[in-house]
Amino acid sequence: MTNKTSRRNFLKMGAASASVLPFLRAMPAAAQGSDTLVVVTGTTINSLDLHRSGTSRASYQVGINCYDRLLSFGTKQTPDGGYSYDYQVIEPELAESWTESEDGLTLTFRLKPNAKFWDGRKVTAADVKWSFDRAVSVGGFPTVQMKAGGLERPEQFIAVDDETFVIKLDRASKLTIPDLAVPVPYIMNSVEALANATEDDPWATEYLHNTPAGSGAYKVARWTPGEQLVYERNDEWVGGPLPALRRVVIREVPSPATRRALVERGDVQVAFDIPDKDAAELADTLDVFSTPVENCIHCLNPNFAFEPFQDSNVRKAIAYAIPYEDIFQAAAYGRGLPMWGGEEEINDIAWPRKTQYFTDLDKARELMAASAYPDGFDVPLSISLDLASWMEPTALLVQEALGQIGINVTIEKIPGANWRTAVLVEKRLPLHLENFGGWLNTPDYYFFWAYQDGHLFNSSNYRNEEIEELTNATLHMPMDDPEYAPKIKRMFEIVLDELPRIPLYQPALNVAMNGAVGYEFWFHRQLDVRPIKTV
Amino acid sequence: MLATSPRLRATVLRVAQAIPVVVGVVIISFLLTRALPGDPAVYFAGVAADTESIEQTRVAMGLDKPLLQQFFIYVGDLSRGDLGQSLSSGRSVAEDLAKRLPASLELTLSALLLAIAIAVPLGVLAATRPGTWVDHLCRVIVTAGVSLPTFFTGILLIYIFYYLLGVAPSPLGRLDFIYLDPDHVTGFYLIDAALMGDWETWRGAVRQLILPASTLALFTLAPIARMTRAAMLTALSSDFIRTARAAGLSSRTILYRYAFRNALLPVMTTLGMVFSFALGANVLVEKVFAWPGIGSYAVEALVVSDYAAVQGFVLSMALLFVALNLVIDLLYAAIDPRIGFSSK
Repeated sequence: MTNKTSRRNFLKMGAASASVLPFLRAMPAAAQGSDTLVVVTGTTINSLDLHRSGTSRASYQVGINCYDRLLSFGTKQTPDGGYSYDYQVIEPELAESWTESEDGLTLTFRLKPNAKFWDGRKVTAADVKWSFDRAVSVGGFPTVQMKAGGLERPEQFIAVDDETFVIKLDRASKLTIPDLAVPVPYIMNSVEALANATEDDPWATEYLHNTPAGSGAYKVARWTPGEQLVYERNDEWVGGPLPALRRVVIREVPSPATRRALVERGDVQVAFDIPDKDAAELADTLDVFSTPVENCIHCLNPNFAFEPFQDSNVRKAIAYAIPYEDIFQAAAYGRGLPMWGGEEEINDIAWPRKTQYFTDLDKARELMAASAYPDGFDVPLSISLDLASWMEPTALLVQEALGQIGINVTIEKIPGANWRTAVLVEKRLPLHLENFGGWLNTPDYYFFWAYQDGHLFNSSNYRNEEIEELTNATLHMPMDDPEYAPKIKRMFEIVLDELPRIPLYQPALNVAMNGAVGYEFWFHRQLDVRPIKTV
Repeated sequence: MLATSPRLRATVLRVAQAIPVVVGVVIISFLLTRALPGDPAVYFAGVAADTESIEQTRVAMGLDKPLLQQFFIYVGDLSRGDLGQSLSSGRSVAEDLAKRLPASLELTLSALLLAIAIAVPLGVLAATRPGTWVDHLCRVIVTAGVSLPTFFTGILLIYIFYYLLGVAPSPLGRLDFIYLDPDHVTGFYLIDAALMGDWETWRGAVRQLILPASTLALFTLAPIARMTRAAMLTALSSDFIRTARAAGLSSRTILYRYAFRNALLPVMTTLGMVFSFALGANVLVEKVFAWPGIGSYAVEALVVSDYAAVQGFVLSMALLFVALNLVIDLLYAAIDPRIGFSSK
């Protein structure tokens, strides 16, 4: 047989081994299940290379399923009986073991000696170095994410010998190790990539965009952007337990109604990221996992650049006027976690935490009367059309409630393409809805992005000197440091009193399954197909 | 040769007339995409991009250059047949269009053929028997067809034929995942599969096509049926038909040879219009049936300000309509020899 994968060869290969996916209906229907999984999703995979600029969020799953990182996170059970990754447990993936120097500035990794790329070549420390160099050099998102773990320059990465890789840090940080387990720092086959690099494109972005070159659990068998992606298992994988499924088909179906019909009928086994409404309705008949997204909160943000919102009484009045329960039911259909009606006293450092606010219109009116704006004012509430499914009902309920305390709200709908510019870059929206979620699950990391002055998700133009100082102090501090908890508690106290972001609820990622088990929630909100099995 | 064949000459002239249109479309589509609100650099820099990485993305996309220079780069690429790189799909726009345009055309054309097959006989019957149950049936179908939005009809058909009855295949696009795409020749799966002689895949493609094509056909049925009925009524009441009747010609000859042929002209015009709005109405059908067509591609590109993809889409649509108008003009002449090209 020739090496060229023509359609006929592919079919022949299929016919040769009975366990391969039956490609024609003529094959017995019973053979269809067991080792093939079909997933539907509403989003488009537009690149097989996460490091490329313009790569969509949905494409990150290729980085997860097809590539290995040095490290990965462990698994834990969630309260609803599903599984989630475990931020507290770091497990090896390509690394066999690792050590940290006394001062925490040198990390030494031993690679698994038997790890091989798909083309059969051994994974060496030089590949790791090349991949890390690439992530910190290509610019854009990967470079920003690497920086979060203190990984900024190629000189920091040293390939000592084939199986020893060293990272030199400028300062010790608790974020470095977890940042090595996020999707970004994955290991590519540098020999294959370099053979396809050009002078203009030294990092082979064009080649890797279409052709992954990794050592991960799955290879990409077929990819048609806008239609489907087919994973095929790499039987030589050493990064973890061999996945049960030989083949996984990711099919793009834009209409949520169609996705729902498909999974209800059982023609597909997984509907990934379904709307809250479908999740609530399907929960009785199918296995629906609604995992609250870690370190992510849907918020109503009063912008400090807008004068009335500089008045603390106004912000508190809004926090007491919001109909939290109604919003949670209308926008989220009760999927996720409430973020209101908690204790005012802060005894733990769990984040997101419930605020001390709850719906109390009388209190809200009192606070308005005590403010500099007893007669209220007019303000536009901005929402993104791309996120209308939760923002629109929320905005309507907020509009109605604020109308009762004299704040006249008009709803401004902003097209998706404009949204990021207006809300995050220019930070010019007086009152808006926002939903930042941090990948690294520590409160300080959330504060770094959402509460520090000038940072991207601080769309309220909030600045508090104490928060600046405390966030800088806690960001790299180990969580078991005795100073850590008191500082974090103080940070909670300040922002929940000053309210530059008014937390509404913690959203959930919904996944419906019919005929498959083993789904695991990940902070990156993409499907890790490796642990999934059909039943 | 041009001098000897008036029709060829007229055709060449018509094509030449399209050139300013295409030039205009190139300029307008370029300016309009730039006038769109939104900053693609911010969008494509990713979720956690800072100012620096947004700037890097802007430079990589060539958006830091002055507008005029961007335009000349675009026109230069265009003259080499390069439509640019789509950022949202991550492939070249030409490649995307080559893949997606046939998908939309296959759907639209089959819907249109289906609609013609139902609407024209229905219109003729209604015109020959005005006021009878056939006429009323025609009216009911037509009213229902236009008043039901396509996405609704689509979801309804999926609900009934796929979800409840289970007779339709999974609404998963052009082919169920158990089939492989036929080798690319025309991009029309029905034609490509037939060329390969792979009837299994051909049947698979037809099965996938039935529901979306019916949805779209139901929507396009109305104007065609109404126009056929009206044109037939006008033709049947005209003088030459009375003369033909008086001359004792058989009613079949009168109906098909004289009345119908004369009624075809307005129907033809309507078909051209219906085809163009059906391509537009495609978007919703494509979304519901996960059909990888050009409508959903353009909408997605527009939402994220993917300039190259939007420009490529507008340009290909313009060329398509230029071609369509030409074909319709030529068909006019074929149907009614009185409409010569010489008069233009």
